[in-house]
Amino acid sequence: MDAKDILGIPKTQLPTTQEKKSRPQKEPQRKPDGISREVYALTGGLAPLMPSIDVSQLKKRPPSDEKVYFLSINFLHFGMVNDVLNCCNLYNLKESIPCIQITWQWLPFTNSARKDNLQLYHWVRVVNGVPPTGDYSFAKYNKSVDVVKYTDEEYEKYLTDPMWTKEETDQLFELCERFDLRFIVIADRFPSSRTVEELKDRYYGVSRAILIARAPSPTDVSGHPLVKDPYNVSQEVERKRALSMVLSQTKHQERKDAEVLAEAKRITDSRMASRAAEEPEMPVASHVGSESADRAVVLGDTVSPSSNIQLPSATVVPSTSIIADSASTLASLRMLRVYLRTYALEQMVQAASSSAGLRTIKRVEQALQELGVNLKPKVPTKAVCAEHLELRKEILTLLNLQKQLQYKEAEGSSYRDGSYIDMPGTPKRSQRAGDQDRTFVPESINFGGERVGKRDQKRKGPGRLSEAPSSPAHKRPRKKASDL
Amino acid sequence: MTNSSSSKKHGPGQPEESGPTLKLQRIKMSKPEEAEKKNLNKKLKDVEISIPIVYGNVAFWLGKKASEYQSHKWTVYVRGATNEDLGVVIKRAVFQLHSSFNNPTRAVESPPFELSESGWGEFEIAITLYFHADVCDKPLNLYHHLKLYPEDESGSMSTKKPVVVESYDEIVFPEPSDSFLARVQNHPAVTLPRLPVGFTLPPPVPIEDTSKRKRGDTKDHPLAQWFMNFSEADELLQLAAARQQVQAHIAKLKRQISLIDGQQQQLRSTSDP
Repeated sequence: MDAKDILGIPKTQLPTTQEKKSRPQKEPQRKPDGISREVYALTGGLAPLMPSIDVSQLKKRPPSDEKVYFLSINFLHFGMVNDVLNCCNLYNLKESIPCIQITWQWLPFTNSARKDNLQLYHWVRVVNGVPPTGDYSFAKYNKSVDVVKYTDEEYEKYLTDPMWTKEETDQLFELCERFDLRFIVIADRFPSSRTVEELKDRYYGVSRAILIARAPSPTDVSGHPLVKDPYNVSQEVERKRALSMVLSQTKHQERKDAEVLAEAKRITDSRMASRAAEEPEMPVASHVGSESADRAVVLGDTVSPSSNIQLPSATVVPSTSIIADSASTLASLRMLRVYLRTYALEQMVQAASSSAGLRTIKRVEQALQELGVNLKPKVPTKAVCAEHLELRKEILTLLNLQKQLQYKEAEGSSYRDGSYIDMPGTPKRSQRAGDQDRTFVPESINFGGERVGKRDQKRKGPGRLSEAPSSPAHKRPRKKASDL
Repeated sequence: MTNSSSSKKHGPGQPEESGPTLKLQRIKMSKPEEAEKKNLNKKLKDVEISIPIVYGNVAFWLGKKASEYQSHKWTVYVRGATNEDLGVVIKRAVFQLHSSFNNPTRAVESPPFELSESGWGEFEIAITLYFHADVCDKPLNLYHHLKLYPEDESGSMSTKKPVVVESYDEIVFPEPSDSFLARVQNHPAVTLPRLPVGFTLPPPVPIEDTSKRKRGDTKDHPLAQWFMNFSEADELLQLAAARQQVQAHIAKLKRQISLIDGQQQQLRSTSDP
């Protein structure tokens, strides 16, 4: 029989065969040698995982056998070796197969992890007629826990317990052994109803007692984790209870807790600050500090020598919290036995702007830049740092006042509901403010206006459209329409 | 140091509550035994010692002699701001270089506290200052980014004119010990506030002779010509002007607010039937 017959290829196509032969030679770059193009395409254009066999290394075959040869090599790659072998045997191509002989055989095996010597069968990769040696590859995963086994005498001597009978203890240990210390399962299967903690307590207690009893000397086992940290039932029960409580907290409760914690923190902070402020030995180091301390202690009666601003009562509240922060920062700075002036300034700046949001801080920095002041002083002497800090605080005050002003203007405009006559008056005033301030920090004013407007929107209800008060005249008619 | 001068004013004999000095005096009176104790290691309150320093680097391009890995010769240092000897306060300075250097931890045991090396890369150098025992037992860290190449990339590198980057800062000791204070009372590298009235110090330790001093200060340092000058005057002026502006605006805003308050008050009183 001709190979060609088997493969169903017409006999007359000599040129095709020749083409086939020449093709591997012609396209060595495009695909690896030794694989026909169609089969290569079958693999999705990728080379097979096994290295392709170099054709030239093998004995030259007459063209009629080559096709079989090529195909059989590919079947090798796809693991159908038996078929290949049969094929080769049939067509005397045994010598063309490479040296390694791989077969797959259906063989019996045993698992050392089993105790019953059950013999099962599976496919085994046989190399050169030699089956693989060694234990079943999954046997090593059969791990188990070393559960303590006590004798009856030991029980009598060390392990008796008023809460537990011997049978119960025995049952417990049997279950532990069986279920690899999975206490949840054990608790489910335990005949009498005992909680997981009780079971654990008994188990660990017994193990510990046995360990200590069997040890030649107590010091030998003192390092053992069971001896070092014994199981604490009450702690465990408490812990689990707390955990479940936290888990089952409603959103409402969570919020309340957060509020309480924040309040507590505020109280401790203010307490610490007042303690630091009351300390009569305020360092001469920073006259800012002493100024703040004076203010905190004397509550604004005395005018400290270097202060030339009279803060209105409305802004006293934020300033006292700033004072508290500064005082505590100073105290902590004093704790450090040595520090850099720049570090100290950073801390004080942070303390002063602790009540301000990120946006406000950015606006302060913007203002500093517009004023031509370095954000971080180039020559940070004591005097320079103090001035810098004061300037920052003053800018904060300025920004607060701007917000206040715009808020009041917006508020004021609400009083004029129904009186269109007053409209001309308002733009004049706000224009004035806008113009005069434009020389200094025009952007921050506008910023402030927009933001205040938005805040008003939130606070006064959805209907309002209050926008930058610099031109309320334009806005108000629109606002009125939506209001009504 | 406005506050110290004001404390000087208020100090003697004024009974009213103002200024920290009086409080200090009150403490001194209430704890006489402490003042009398003359414990050399006792910490002082209300007196801080500050050491103005300048730290940074000077880097020279090696020009023709430059190789791929050694294109610049640089010196990193910590010096007194007025080039005074820092050895009176600093015992040792440790410069932590990039790990690609041999022995990247370089300790300098005596002033001037500087380190010269050659290389090609810019990296952050951590400088740890260790102080004398009576000064402070905790070290202080400074960080300086080594600069070799000029800011503007188009700027041609010259072997004559180095790249210099310096930072000014002050080391502050908030509660110096008596012995430290005594030792450095009159030293030019150290800035002391005016001591409160009624405060006695042990007699000052005589300054070491000039020959010893010359070695530690950087006044005649070979690189001294490149050192930058840091004057607080400019910055103070700048800040004072800025503060004035801000205060003026604050005053104006307050007037406006009070105006509106007044108007609203009026409106409220007239609109109530």
